[in-house]
Amino acid sequence: MEKFTIYTQAKSSLGGKRSDTLTGVVASGNLEILFERKGEPLAVIVEVMTASHGYQHVWEAVIKDFVARVSPGGMYISIHDNGARPDTVLLRLMQGARLMEARS
Amino acid sequence: MIPENVMNQPSWYESSARARIEGLLDAGSFKEILGPQDHVMSPHLALFDLPPAFDDGMIIGRGLIDGRPVAIAAQEGQFMGGTFAEVSGAKLVGLLRAVARNAGTPQEVSTVFLLLDTGGVRLQEANAGEMAVSETIHAILDVRHAGVPVVALIGGRAGAFGGGGLVTACCSHIIISEQGRISVSGPEVIETNKGVEEFDSRDRALVWRVTGGRSRVLLGGADSYVKGDIGSFRKAAEVINNNAPPLSLETLEREQGRLEHRLKAYGNCHDTPEIWVIAGLSTPAGIADLTEDDFIDLLVKEGVRHDAR
Repeated sequence: MEKFTIYTQAKSSLGGKRSDTLTGVVASGNLEILFERKGEPLAVIVEVMTASHGYQHVWEAVIKDFVARVSPGGMYISIHDNGARPDTVLLRLMQGARLMEARS
Repeated sequence: MIPENVMNQPSWYESSARARIEGLLDAGSFKEILGPQDHVMSPHLALFDLPPAFDDGMIIGRGLIDGRPVAIAAQEGQFMGGTFAEVSGAKLVGLLRAVARNAGTPQEVSTVFLLLDTGGVRLQEANAGEMAVSETIHAILDVRHAGVPVVALIGGRAGAFGGGGLVTACCSHIIISEQGRISVSGPEVIETNKGVEEFDSRDRALVWRVTGGRSRVLLGGADSYVKGDIGSFRKAAEVINNNAPPLSLETLEREQGRLEHRLKAYGNCHDTPEIWVIAGLSTPAGIADLTEDDFIDLLVKEGVRHDAR
């Protein structure tokens, strides 16, 4: 298992009122992502625990893409990964951001 | 072929534990206890270099069904095979103990629903897992003794095996779908220990003929049979009321008598079609081929096959 944390900044804070949300499950080829609204309004912190070794640069690229698309400022994102492919990771990140943007 | 009536319904088998809870309870009524944001996770998995889950694969809480307060626990079968372990077991046992303690108070719930989806004990924390199974069984019996029915819903990918099969059998009522399986030793375990001639675990038809929902309900190992969509599980859960048999010596003696009779009648059979011949079913070789509607008609025609649990 590999653990690392990616710190980055978004252009704006993520909208919505929800304080947290969970998406996905730690199944084979899948991952779970917990979004929590905490910290600096523009900061994005992504904590990754992954069963696959040696893919940190791929994670960094996917998260850069996600931050550019969604601008999830103020999010503390924790990931438990069990070998999800990059497209699945991006899909789950987008899903989580959309859930956080929900009104209630 | 997917039957037309379930084609557009979310499938219990395909859904996550959280989606099952959402579909079973009244919309928006679920109040989770120790949810993912509490970060109560397995302390053991990191030693095995395995990622944990925020809920340790066990989601517990309270909610409403048709406006009635219920307690609910769901295992995520896709995480570590839906296992009993230290944290997940403590969450389940804690929920059950709270239900037993609150019986007769304003906090009382009408029913406990257990959405089991498990291969049994999590091998990485086996001692804690075995303890969890025995404590769960103890707690279920306390809840039943307090007069609150405990209902198992079985229809997930992992089935209900190992300790999960024992826990299921201790419930007041079992709801199962065709995809659901209940047993103690799983097919692979039997094959490993007794050889492929005893049980070929790769023969999926055989696995379902022996452990699957249709066989279980025909033999009295499950009480209600439903189609595999979440809506059908919800309908069956709505009609469960407090007429489940009480946990009494009389109930247990009746069940013992039924099981002795069953062993005497079918103990020499090698596969379920042989049982259906003795039981006098009209299509003993074709039970698996019946449509869901025809099978449900057959159950109605055959009537209830047992009266105790």
